[in-house]
Amino acid sequence: MHKQEFTITVYTENHIGLLVRIATIFSRRKINIESLNTSPSEAEGIHRFTIVIDETEEVVRKLARQIEKQVEVLKAYYNTNDEIIWQELALYKVPTDEIAEKVKVERLLREHGARAVVIRKDYTIFETSGHREETEKLVAVLAPYGLIEFVRSARVAIIKSSHGFHEKLKEFEETEPGEELIENEFLDKQQEVFTM
Amino acid sequence: MNTVEEIKTVSPTPAAVTELISGSQAVLEACIAEQVDTVFGYPGGAIMPIYDALYDYNDKLKHILVRHEQGATHAAQGYARASGKVGVVFATSGPGATNLVTGLADAMIDSTPMVAITGQVFAHLLGTDAFQETDIINITTPVTKWNYQVTDATEIPSVLAKAFYLAKSGRPGPVLIDITKNAQIQKFDYAGYTKCTHIRSYRPKPIVRKEFIAEAAKLINEAEKPFIIFGQGVILGKAEAEFKAFVEKSGIPAAWTILGLSALTTDHPLNVGMLGMHGNYGPNLLTNECDVLIAVGMRFDDRVTGRLDKYAKQAKVIHLDIDPSEIDKNVKATIGVWGDCKETLPLLSSLVEEKKHTEWLEKFRACDAEENKEVIFEELHPSTDQMTMGEVIRNMNEITGGNAIIVTDVGQHQMVACRYAKFNESKSNITSGGLGTMGFGLPAAIGAKFGAPQRTVIAIIGDGGIQMTIQELGTIMQAEINVKILILNNQFLGMVRQWQQLFNDKRYSFVDIASPDYVMVAKAYGIEGQKVTERQNLKQALQTMLDHNGSYLLEVMVSKENNVFPMVPQGCSVSEIRLK
Repeated sequence: MHKQEFTITVYTENHIGLLVRIATIFSRRKINIESLNTSPSEAEGIHRFTIVIDETEEVVRKLARQIEKQVEVLKAYYNTNDEIIWQELALYKVPTDEIAEKVKVERLLREHGARAVVIRKDYTIFETSGHREETEKLVAVLAPYGLIEFVRSARVAIIKSSHGFHEKLKEFEETEPGEELIENEFLDKQQEVFTM
Repeated sequence: MNTVEEIKTVSPTPAAVTELISGSQAVLEACIAEQVDTVFGYPGGAIMPIYDALYDYNDKLKHILVRHEQGATHAAQGYARASGKVGVVFATSGPGATNLVTGLADAMIDSTPMVAITGQVFAHLLGTDAFQETDIINITTPVTKWNYQVTDATEIPSVLAKAFYLAKSGRPGPVLIDITKNAQIQKFDYAGYTKCTHIRSYRPKPIVRKEFIAEAAKLINEAEKPFIIFGQGVILGKAEAEFKAFVEKSGIPAAWTILGLSALTTDHPLNVGMLGMHGNYGPNLLTNECDVLIAVGMRFDDRVTGRLDKYAKQAKVIHLDIDPSEIDKNVKATIGVWGDCKETLPLLSSLVEEKKHTEWLEKFRACDAEENKEVIFEELHPSTDQMTMGEVIRNMNEITGGNAIIVTDVGQHQMVACRYAKFNESKSNITSGGLGTMGFGLPAAIGAKFGAPQRTVIAIIGDGGIQMTIQELGTIMQAEINVKILILNNQFLGMVRQWQQLFNDKRYSFVDIASPDYVMVAKAYGIEGQKVTERQNLKQALQTMLDHNGSYLLEVMVSKENNVFPMVPQGCSVSEIRLK
């Protein structure tokens, strides 16, 4: 099995300390987290972690189970890049005089779909979003024109086949688990599984 | 609205009956509501309000003062393992809390239900490097099932309810609750204690899927050489009777991991012995010959499997476990049966055919005969002048008849005791399996005695392990309990020495350990004892120890350089097990 990028989506309670609990699942196995984002989710009060790592599917499956085992985690999914839509946001700070004077820079910014967020006398901040290669390309392009600062956010991702978490949450809230419960719903169709 | 207000004016009784109590009292009320009868602990600055409250609860809650907080954790483990209840520990902040880490890690890897309550500095001092402040929540995150810091007393009842529920439900484990001193002191309106039965984000046990049970039963019914391996899951699931029924109906030979030991009586005709590195010959060798391997409540530890890529490759594997993350973790299961074995085993039993695998069982017996000839007979009936550990265990068995709780420490004596001790009932073998914590034995035996006061508790400990927690003799003295301490002294850190002999050309690097006069040490603590160096005195000395009214320490001098065999050397397959 070869290593590839996997995006792990974790639905959790919003509790202090959970970030450490999840992070140690990776660090104790000496696995580097490429990107980690926490955000609210579609379900009220439920948090959503988006974690990107470069690993084999077998390792990722075991990691997802270890994550899901944590008391405050409701569900962990993992997906390959072709199963998700994802974006990263990047900000670039460049000297305004370079932008104003050099037409070439303006054209480059247009080509890369950059938008101006702030324009000041001394500097201008542009924003792009996209995949890593796209945002990185603009860094290389702007470097010769005095790129002052660059920062990129973690990946946020939407799972193509997901129907959202509202229905699942209802099942989790039932005091007595129903007959049609979800934990091992995929056990018999491991090939087509996007979850564990 | 009007009617409600009218009633209110007529009757001034508030809607809910509350009383003003402190956070500390709420902690103790929670313990009592959870039927905790014994707490193991050690006071200190940041937990003083809880200890102050404890002063008034002396008649409802027994507190055992240990000599080191690590001892409290192991005692709580021993208590939990002997009684099936949750072990409770109190410790102060800072060093008191960090001293719990080994015991928490041990309880985590051996799935022992435990609630540890630590004091913490005042909430306004958090993060200021205050006296005895340590970030115990982050320190213990990897070694607890759950942990939580309380800074407001009103949270205490619900947080402790959650702690007890998590510690004992599903796959049990340790939970640590850190309570700041202000929350312990704070008075609040207490509306009583409600047990926790549901946490939205937590599934204690997966739903049983009958179709997988049916598939598992089909595999078992078609098997020519099926083999059951079982672990502590059977004991934790209180499924000993269900397991025995399954084994007996299916007629399948069953072998145990050291934490599964005593779940099935050792003299059961289908109990074929111990798995793993120092397990029995047949169970290891035939793991690589069976056609269906049925794993019940065990986690395929590397000490059990040996080299994984040569482990039971010919077999179809059925894995029953309550923890979904264990299925396929180390050994890929052909069929994973998720669920509590208390529920899954009866379902499986109802579908398996009644069989007797006579020929297959004969193979185990043949292996037994070979192991007996090569290893066991000489270990139990040595022809040498020096005594062996096995011979001590054999003599002990003859006196106890297999009715005692045996608590072991870690090392050669542990392997020998687990291999040869007889057990007639469950929850009788208490040992540090996963973490291999030297120093576990003595405090765990203290806890076991409180967990099962009516039973005889024998702690079998090596000369290395006893010196790691020997101060707990003080706990025994003060608590006036009856624990039998059997030290098997080979004057070496024997297991490491064995490896150095076999794999490091006998380069005995720092395994030669000196001992104090244990009998004198015991005497200093008011504990009777004696030392035996001659075989002729062994049996009588064991009898004296067991007959003695109160704790007793018996030191037996055994052969210095005996090795534990059979052995699956590290990195080898289970079928490469060595008899010498």
